[in-house]
Amino acid sequence: MRHLFRKLGFYLVALWAALTVNFVIPRMMPGDPVDIMLAKLGQKGPVSPEAKQAIEAMLGTDSSQSLLSQYGDYLGGLASGELGVSLVFFPASVSSIIGQTLPWTIGLIGLATIISFLTGVGLGTLAGWKRGSWADNLIPVTTMFQSVPYFWLALILLFAFGSIWPLFPLNGGYDVYNVTPGWNAPFLGSVLYYGTLPALTIIISSVGGWMLGMRNMMVSTLSEDYMVTAEAKGLRSGRIMRRYAARNAVLPSISGFAISLGFVVAGSIVTEAVFSYPGIGSALLQAVGGNDYALIQGILLIITLSVLGANLLVDLLYSVIDPRIRARN
Amino acid sequence: MAANPIALDVPIPRRRVTLPPLTAKLATGLIIGAAIVLFGLIGPLLVQDPSRVSDVGLAGPSAEHLLGTTQTGQDVLAQLAYATRGSLIVGAIVGVLTLALSAFFGIVGAYAGGWVDEAFSLFTNIMLVIPGLPVVIVISAYVADRSLLLVSVVLAITSWAGSARVLRGSTLSLRSRDYVLASRVAGEKRWRILAVEILPNLIPLLASQVVFAVIFAILGEAGLSYLGLGASDSFTWGTMLYYAQNGLALRLGAWWWFVPPGLMLALFGAALSLINFSIDEIINPKLRSQTRAARRGWRMSREQLRKAKESTL
Repeated sequence: MRHLFRKLGFYLVALWAALTVNFVIPRMMPGDPVDIMLAKLGQKGPVSPEAKQAIEAMLGTDSSQSLLSQYGDYLGGLASGELGVSLVFFPASVSSIIGQTLPWTIGLIGLATIISFLTGVGLGTLAGWKRGSWADNLIPVTTMFQSVPYFWLALILLFAFGSIWPLFPLNGGYDVYNVTPGWNAPFLGSVLYYGTLPALTIIISSVGGWMLGMRNMMVSTLSEDYMVTAEAKGLRSGRIMRRYAARNAVLPSISGFAISLGFVVAGSIVTEAVFSYPGIGSALLQAVGGNDYALIQGILLIITLSVLGANLLVDLLYSVIDPRIRARN
Repeated sequence: MAANPIALDVPIPRRRVTLPPLTAKLATGLIIGAAIVLFGLIGPLLVQDPSRVSDVGLAGPSAEHLLGTTQTGQDVLAQLAYATRGSLIVGAIVGVLTLALSAFFGIVGAYAGGWVDEAFSLFTNIMLVIPGLPVVIVISAYVADRSLLLVSVVLAITSWAGSARVLRGSTLSLRSRDYVLASRVAGEKRWRILAVEILPNLIPLLASQVVFAVIFAILGEAGLSYLGLGASDSFTWGTMLYYAQNGLALRLGAWWWFVPPGLMLALFGAALSLINFSIDEIINPKLRSQTRAARRGWRMSREQLRKAKESTL
């Protein structure tokens, strides 16, 4: 129990630190975000003094207040879930933009991460179990793909399957002209079709890491004494591989998997940019391009929360998966 | 003892330096890596000005322009040479900074123990869960004039924490080893134990972490530049891809423009990974090549089996 509270305490401190970074970065940078925002708003219509005050309150950069009270207001605003109004997508609120873009990112990157993890761990198990077999010889190839920058891989795939052999669409999340968003078959089919190439990019560039990690853990596990015991007992080799070796070897991969699920929201910004995918990464880039500080802060907050949440989940789940940790505590 | 003439005749055993065995993997990695580094060092001296425009726009490879030209007639090979230099500089700066930061927070913290360790590891863990790339993107967005140095420093600050955690784990296990305790009993100074007893055992791990940091930095910088948020004062592989993308190289089929920088990135990344594999095999001897092919060599041939059978009968 004490262990649990310690963990929760750490995550509270980490959350506070991340929020503070989020607060400090705009203030450390040259240029006044409020002025930039006002100038932008001014292009769309006259700006009232109330609007200026509202922006200052939203960004917490009210020049008449001390830094400390700005900080207090900022934390208070976050606690009540008020993220402000987006500039780029004016007059939509930041929360609604995040609500619109988040499902795209989670759907695409989440699915791709799960597929990549399952394939990688499966192949890694085989490669470690039968060293020198075809699966083991696959490792240098997948590692090559891993050192290829993923956005360049995306460009090449786009060039090959979008321009030379036009099998897949060049950009976007679904066919904007022919289908209507909703739970209908044509739309879902279109989403799958448009998502294939981005997902393929992510899978190709990340499967090698899972495979290598799992393979190396398998190799280490195979030299344990209980493996010899299992073999001496005359157990079937399939059972030894799955229940004795793979089950123990997969533990670090599982924690890595949970952490990478946390980075699903954060880790795909460049891929989304290449494919102009309507996810949260594209929204962040548009926000950055348009100096939309409220949206930037909001997205950064979501990204941080998802990473922290995933890490917390790993910590809590790990003692469930690995009984040895429970015994030690 | 020191005056004993016999003792002088005994050759003092030289300190054994564990260099990785020169396997095919390591050799390939070193050769590709060295070739790219040489290209980055010497290449810019031999090529024309990378920004000079000419009226041969978007021409394929020819004798005059070995890698063709960009949309505005700039020589791609010249750009590639300067870009290689730029990307390598980023890698080098981040490598050094990661080494310093992760060694300080990982090794010193774990060795000192007590509240220093608690504070350092809390700080490391917080840095670890703060997502790097988004923060880098945001910082780059706020700063208009980005030098190569600034981009590298920001990349280093957001990426050292993982290495520090790995180093902390190893240091914790090393500092409780018997030989460290023995040297403490023998009255060695604390800094000497750290520098002479512990640090040498961490060198392979440090090396692999630095190599990893360099790969991460070069890829990260390329991604950042590709988004148009990288260094604004110099060429890197990422900025080349950015200009190629903006110049519609993809739609126009100008492969000579966007393939070379990506290929360089991939080759350099692969070379560093190969070097890292070799270092990993030093750290973890279990990974050394006991492949099926190697084990097959241990098997007795039919001939040997027959002879063995005959001799036992």
